[in-house]
Amino acid sequence: MAELRTETMTVNMGPQHPSTHGVLRLVLELDGEVIRSAQPTIGYLHTGIEKTAEQKKWQQVVPLVERMDYLGAQSNSLAYVLCVEKLLGLEVPQRVRDIRVLIAELQRMSSHLIWLGTHAMEIGAVSMLFYAIRERELLLNINELLAGFRFFPSYLRVGGLREDLPRGFHEAVTAFLDRFPAKIDEYEGLLSGNDMFLRRTKGVGVIAQDDALAWGLLGPIARGSGCGYDVRRYFPYSGYETYDFDVPTETDGDVYARYRVRMRELRECVKICRQALARIPPTGAWACDDPRVVPPPKDKVYTEMEALIQHFLIYSQGFTVPAGDAYVPVEGPRGEHGVYAVSDGTNRPWRVKMRAPSFLAIQALPTLIRNGLIADVVAVIGSTDVVMGDCDR
Amino acid sequence: MDSHGIIDTLTRLVPGATYDAGANVDFATLYVPAARLVDTCLALRDTPALGFNVLVEVTAADYLPRDPRFEVVYHLLSIPHRRRLRLKVRTTDAASIPTVQGVWPSAGWLEREVWDMFGVVFDGHPDLRRLLMPEDWEGHPQRKDYPVQIRKAAQTYEPLEITEEEFKANLERDRLKRTH
Repeated sequence: MAELRTETMTVNMGPQHPSTHGVLRLVLELDGEVIRSAQPTIGYLHTGIEKTAEQKKWQQVVPLVERMDYLGAQSNSLAYVLCVEKLLGLEVPQRVRDIRVLIAELQRMSSHLIWLGTHAMEIGAVSMLFYAIRERELLLNINELLAGFRFFPSYLRVGGLREDLPRGFHEAVTAFLDRFPAKIDEYEGLLSGNDMFLRRTKGVGVIAQDDALAWGLLGPIARGSGCGYDVRRYFPYSGYETYDFDVPTETDGDVYARYRVRMRELRECVKICRQALARIPPTGAWACDDPRVVPPPKDKVYTEMEALIQHFLIYSQGFTVPAGDAYVPVEGPRGEHGVYAVSDGTNRPWRVKMRAPSFLAIQALPTLIRNGLIADVVAVIGSTDVVMGDCDR
Repeated sequence: MDSHGIIDTLTRLVPGATYDAGANVDFATLYVPAARLVDTCLALRDTPALGFNVLVEVTAADYLPRDPRFEVVYHLLSIPHRRRLRLKVRTTDAASIPTVQGVWPSAGWLEREVWDMFGVVFDGHPDLRRLLMPEDWEGHPQRKDYPVQIRKAAQTYEPLEITEEEFKANLERDRLKRTH
């Protein structure tokens, strides 16, 4: 009888693996079905957005940063515009702040729906994806109504918004909010008590709170391990301190805990959206009145010389930002999205850096999957909710 | 606690180190000498009054033609005190700065990215390889003297390590194994 071979086996997973959320490559060292070590390789989606941003005017960077984390587009641009406004010392009107809160929460729901659909699909509940995409379609329709663009609306601008809310916006959002809570019940009915789902997720990919913080996994991952940190609560921006909402936490730190956190977050999103919608008058100010940054209204451009000059200056040269640097975080769907921007006092950024939660999540992935089964790798990747565009930028 | 309060606390904890407060519009900013970086970070993490338990971000900015040209920027977060802090270390492309991976493990990839993009060397980093750029890439793209658009032919860095005969023999052996 031949001698039993006992060496470990190296398996290449990705970069074209359908469960790696894009183009993540993992080199797994296997002992039978148990993972002894893992080595992630990233960079396949590196597009040099941070370098490109240095060539653009401040306002032109908004569409670029939306393409980093393509599922949480408007939370990227929210962090960016808040950061530039911090450098400029701008205050935007209350109505704009409320609209930004509403948009950020709609974006969070949209991102969580894709996470829910793909995560459940990867561990076997294929039909979940169709249910999740059904509701996400309605959110994309709202984006289309808002800005004519479904994925990357670029509706948030430095100094306010691109234009006023369209007619029918309140009705569209209300219709969605009326429909959605029953749909969350439906999702939970499919998964939360599903024996197969529980067996795939409970006790899998466990991370303790201290480890999660040491690896910088701020966001749903740390909240799944019992850490109550949420940027909206700890460092409120855009008036989040005036909203009534809970920060859901779970203590188990496994895949199921992270699922529970995000499902409860969906319900909190609905709560915040309802409050925001009630505060937003259908018409009103949609940008601050700082003539350095916001172009004058069209009727004035056609009738007043100063307004025409101002319009021309903003569209040809942009605006300058005082020299200095600022870091502004927001609570994105994946955790703390932050923008660090450096200005040298000109009309173009000197440096723009996005703090990417997916980047840190993939760094910690080997810790999460070590000594687990190979079949659980996709469950753990799904539960970290990584977006490779965010990771590689 | 503002920059000066943190400096006062730190000067007591890390003897012999001098810190400068940096201008800021958001939260406290300190310039830290590279030689005392690890001591400072340990003090910031382990002193209960400071309690900076999370390293949020490590990045850098190239201020060419200023000398020293780089500023490596660390963003820290203290969850118990709801406070943020920015550390800055000035460095050049000839010098290197110590890694803080021993203080916060999250520094590993963040510092690797800074090396990849700026060429700042982190002493004691166990795995300072390319992260976002291909392994055979030349130059550090985020430097200000690096061109924005260049054309580079696609390269493969690993030739096939097996000859055609070995490849065929392998297939044959596999086929025989399955037929028996």
